[in-house]
Formats: sequence, C-alpha cells, structure tokens
Amino acid sequence: MCSFDYQTIMSISIYGSSVVLMLLGLYAVLVKKNLIKIVIGLSIVDSGLHLLFVAVGYLHNGTAPIFSPEAVDKVNQMVDPVPQALVLTAIVIGFATTAVALSLVIRLYKHHKTARIDQIKSLKW
Amino acid sequence: MKRFLVIFLMLALGFYLIQALHFVPFGANRMGAPADKKTVAAFYLNETVPQTAVANVVTAIVVNYRGFDTLGEVTVLFLATTGLASILYKRRDEEETERVSKPSSTILQTGAKVLFPLVVILGVYVFVHGHLTPGGGFQGGAIIATGFLLMLIAYQKYHLSHSMLTWVESLAGILFVSIGLWGLITGGTFLENSWFPKGTLNSLISGGAIPIIYIAVGFKVAAELTGVLDILLSTKDDKSASNIQQ
Amino acid sequence: MFYAGIFSFLALLLIASAWYAIRQKDLLYGVIATGVVSLILSVMFLLLQAPDVALTEAAIGIALTTIAFVITIRNTERYENDKVESGFQNKTKEE
Repeated sequence: MCSFDYQTIMSISIYGSSVVLMLLGLYAVLVKKNLIKIVIGLSIVDSGLHLLFVAVGYLHNGTAPIFSPEAVDKVNQMVDPVPQALVLTAIVIGFATTAVALSLVIRLYKHHKTARIDQIKSLKW
Repeated sequence: MKRFLVIFLMLALGFYLIQALHFVPFGANRMGAPADKKTVAAFYLNETVPQTAVANVVTAIVVNYRGFDTLGEVTVLFLATTGLASILYKRRDEEETERVSKPSSTILQTGAKVLFPLVVILGVYVFVHGHLTPGGGFQGGAIIATGFLLMLIAYQKYHLSHSMLTWVESLAGILFVSIGLWGLITGGTFLENSWFPKGTLNSLISGGAIPIIYIAVGFKVAAELTGVLDILLSTKDDKSASNIQQ
Repeated sequence: MFYAGIFSFLALLLIASAWYAIRQKDLLYGVIATGVVSLILSVMFLLLQAPDVALTEAAIGIALTTIAFVITIRNTERYENDKVESGFQNKTKEE
C-alpha cells in the first residue's frame, strides 16, 4: 500500500466516483421500468459528468480562478476556468431538461394511469 | 438476461472510460504557463484582467468571451418554461384547484415569512457581486427562485402574476440583447463592451457592461425558474390522495 | 494527505447514496438520496476549487431539482411497483 501516494488516492477517488456515477445512472436508465427512476438515472449521469469536467480542470495546490486582492499575483496557481464555465451553464440546462422530462412523466401518468414504460403500449396520447 | 447484458455493457464502457482517463493525470498542469498563452485557459487567465477588469474569470468567460453561448442558454431556459406550460396546460374554465391539499402549519408560514426577504436579498447580493466573488446571475436567480418556492409551499393563496413574470423576463432579455447589439454597432463584435468605462479591479463598479448583463441574466433566470416551479406546483393532483394510501 | 482522506470518504459516500437512490423502491426516499448526491457533489466542487459551480449545484441541484421530483411523485405514484421486475418471461406469462 505504501506505493500509493496521496495524489493517486485522490485521482482514483475523484475519477472513479465520477465514472461509477455515470455507469450507475446508465444502469438505471437501461434497466429500470419506472419513469421517475429513469429520470433519476438521467440526473445522476448528469452529476457524474459535471464532476468529471471539473476534475479534469483541477490543478494540484491550485486556487479558484478569482483575482481577489489576496490572489492578484497567483496567476500560475489558478485552476482551469473553462470547464467551470461550461459546467456552470450545463447545470442550469440540466435542471430545465429534468423539469421538462418530469412534466412529460406527469402527462403520461394522467393519460395511461401508470408510470411503467412496459405498460404503456400506444405511442399516441 | 437483459440485466446481464446491461452490466456487461457497463463494464466495457467503464473499462474504456478508465483507460481513457488514465492518460489524463489528475491535477497536472495542462494549460502551460499562463504567460505563454498557448491554450485557451491560459489566454483567459492572462487577459481577463487587462481586457475586462473583472476579478472572477469564470464570470468573464460566461458573460463576455462566451456571452453568445449564455444568450442561447437563457433562450433554452425560456423554451423549457414555455414547453412545460404547454405540456401541463390547464383549461381556464376548470375550477381553481388548491395548490396544496392540506394547509401548512403555522411554523412553516411564519418561518417562510421571516426567511423570504432574507433569501431574496442573498440572491440579489450574489448576482450583483457576480464579477467580484463566486456567484452570478444563474446562482442568484436560482436562490431567488428558492425563496419564491418557500412562499408557494407555505401559503396556499400565494399567487404569482404570470404577466409580471413575463414582463420581467422579457425586459431582462431585451436588455441583454440590446447591450450585445450596441457592442456590435460600436465595437464590431456582439457583446463587445469596450465602450463602457472599465473601472478599477475589485471594486463594485468595474468590468464595464458585465455586471449589468449578469444582473439582467439574474432577473431572467429568477423569473424563468419561478415560472417552472409555479407551473409544476399548480398541476392538479386528483390522484395523489388515493396513491399515498397504497 | 488531509485532502486525500476527505476525497476518498466523499467519493464512497457519493457512490453509496447514488446506489441507494437507484435501488430504493420508495421513490420519495430515492429522490432525497439524489439530493444527498447533489449535496456531496457541491462539497466536492468546493474542494476542487470551483466555488461558482458549487454555488450553482447547491441552489439548483439540492433545492430545485429535488422539489421538482417531489411534485412529480405527488402527481403520480410513490412506490416503484416491481411485480414484473425480472422482465420479459414474467411479463409474457402475465399477459
């Protein structure tokens, strides 16, 4: 175990948890029959992807990319701001898509009286 | 059977993802020295303060360098609100349904009344200071929507005027687009903000038009998210009483 | 060293709550577990030096998404019905 330094542990835990989150969400989307469970799976895939993006931009011993009065001259230590900007917008879009998907679930339930996709036979409502 | 296929697919996918991430060392410097400006991130880190005088680089990227992207994103939010309203439509002549079936407790009502102004003030602070501290229009708008959500849950009779929300949203959007177009007329590119006085770094009035745009985005996002929650909360729940007993 | 410990602990907690959210038959518990995933993720973003993203995740992921799911559950059904969970054969038999 002493061959593992702390940076390896950090990289395994961050990358590993984001990959596992994506795979768990994908499992829920592919296997589960309940529509709300499927939307939960989609939002978990979203979370894993956001974590992966932010983790790729991280820098060891970095600071946040904000030029506050204490950090004006720390340009060389700042983490990558581009993935953060991308993830910032992706989270808001993720909420909008989740809300639209949930409204479709409500609508389907009102029409078919069930939330299981294998009992919804007709494509027309 | 299907589950084993899915697990096999997941294992294969996970293997390839891990293999790909093996070549992306965690925490390594991938953007080079910022002074070289070899990569996009180094360019942003190096040029944000001279070009825009904004302390928060993420704000500068979201609002100025990739401002067109933000405009598209706000449009997507608007379309989501519209789509939600048209999916969960309700006829006007249907009886006015109560939003919550049971009245909420006095503790929740009093707590909501006390917390609501504080939450709104926090949201306004977050998006007004978006160019200095972490935060900005999206975060502040979401916080304000949370405050309205508290009121909507606590009071059955709390009605939001939808024409008011539409007006706020439209005016904020028009402000955003007109600042962009003014930059196009005077500076040659959309959202060019060199026509505005820059101010000094790390003071409240700095960054040219960026704080104004982020305040507009804050109002727009707050109106849109509040609209989404209001539409979702005012759907009829005729099934819920029987289902909870199941 | 300190960070490595915190990150591995948070990663385990994240995976455990995501697993719970997917396995739980009571959808309300699952949705709350999704909110817990967002909460841990927000702390992780803060530790990864991304305070903007952490603030967004805290406001949207924890509060608004959870409430949207809860409203949907109120309008549909609360329990995941797994009568024909194991799939194809059972379902054809039932028909």
